[in-house]
Amino acid sequence: MMGKRTIVPFGPQHPALPEPVHLDLELEDETVLRAIPSIGYVHRGLEKLAEKRDYNDMIYVMERVCGICSFGHGWGYAGAVEGLMGVQIPDRAECLRIMFHELSRVHSHLLWLGLLADGLGFDSLFMHCWRIREKVLDVFEAITGGRVIMSFCKVGGVRKDLTPEMLKMVKDTCDMIEEEMRKTALVFMKDSSVRNRLCGTGVLTKEDVIDLSAVGPVARGSGVNNDVRSTSTMYRDLGFSPILYDEGDCWSRCMVRVDEIMQSLDIIRNAVKNLPDGEVSVPVKGNAPVGDYVFRVEQPRGEGFYYVQGNGSKYLSRARVRTPTNINIPAMTKMLQGCNLQDVSMLVITIDPCISCTER
Amino acid sequence: MTEEIKQTFETVSPEDIPGTAEKLKAEGYRLIQLCGVTKEGHTEILYSFDKDFAIRNLKVDVPFNQRVGSITPWYWAAFVYENEVHDLFGVEFTDSKLDYKGNFFRMSKKTPWKGPEAAPKEGA
Repeated sequence: MMGKRTIVPFGPQHPALPEPVHLDLELEDETVLRAIPSIGYVHRGLEKLAEKRDYNDMIYVMERVCGICSFGHGWGYAGAVEGLMGVQIPDRAECLRIMFHELSRVHSHLLWLGLLADGLGFDSLFMHCWRIREKVLDVFEAITGGRVIMSFCKVGGVRKDLTPEMLKMVKDTCDMIEEEMRKTALVFMKDSSVRNRLCGTGVLTKEDVIDLSAVGPVARGSGVNNDVRSTSTMYRDLGFSPILYDEGDCWSRCMVRVDEIMQSLDIIRNAVKNLPDGEVSVPVKGNAPVGDYVFRVEQPRGEGFYYVQGNGSKYLSRARVRTPTNINIPAMTKMLQGCNLQDVSMLVITIDPCISCTER
Repeated sequence: MTEEIKQTFETVSPEDIPGTAEKLKAEGYRLIQLCGVTKEGHTEILYSFDKDFAIRNLKVDVPFNQRVGSITPWYWAAFVYENEVHDLFGVEFTDSKLDYKGNFFRMSKKTPWKGPEAAPKEGA
């Protein structure tokens, strides 16, 4: 006998997810049959500003796409413009970008782990994660003066070099975070209350990931490697290898992020140790040529895609940002099918949705 | 980050895009995105696909007020972008598997980037 069918609205204001995304949840009793997502509550149209801002200045707009992965958006845009202009940045600048981007990944994943713990009702774990995260923001503030929007990246490289004292601070901070994370990670790995909620919940198969073009920890938690860091020689030299789990459930997606924090700390320390000598930027002047270029950055949430189209002036005809959340929304609706209503908020959290990015 | 990534750009007619998408899906390509660019006489749609970290970009010039076939029968995730392009640029997609009918983005002005008046001034 069929159960009672109901449509339950979820969001755009919800205690578990204070971001403007709405889901129409079609339920049979308490089982979700279908979820229809709605976004677009606060679309900002930032991309259009590229037509009115000098391509060198537009990076200030791009890094404001998001308040968490701000650095990566700046890098993605700068990389696309550098490709369009045929500019090769110095190795030292590339290495410093990697260092800052991996620091961003560490704090983004710690923020997410805290939000997951909060969603589970594990408040002490939530506070531990966010306490550890603060150490990264302190490093950003000491080096750049900003904790979130740093304006460290620019078209042609990075804005300033790091002193030996700054590099030592980065390394010491990584050591401190690693020590803290070794204890905190154990809770996510072994605590029964965490595992009971996460293991076997919200399973996304490898075939689903490929079919729905999912990216980031959502894809890697189902054993699919589309981590664009795999294509970078410098990343590989600094110790990067993709973190993959095969189960495809909430716990896998969680463990991908836990392991990525540990790997990012190693990458950062290797970058400090092997930082190439030389300049940290090259001047980029003149009009952008007529043409197109695409560039990708592996953001904490997954692949970020950046497209620029030049028209022979200092303005661009188009600057496009495809954020990871954008492409993971279809995968989220798939993993919601068949879940229990009580797990919806946690499943939504496991794609680490950033609607601020999505509403660029 | 992506110094080794290959990228290609090619032009495809609006009529051919559904068939091309079907072929790319069969060949194992992953959808990255699609986006619109307003031009003087048409809307240019850029479709991007990935296979083994190489990016294949397809440019489709859609005259104003002409429809284009949806690729959602093969790439269901494309509904996010097709609805975005519809709401911002006013391009209509036929046979969409999930059509929000202009209600994907909530904006004070409908299709703000549609038409020649929204086109960037070339070489300005």
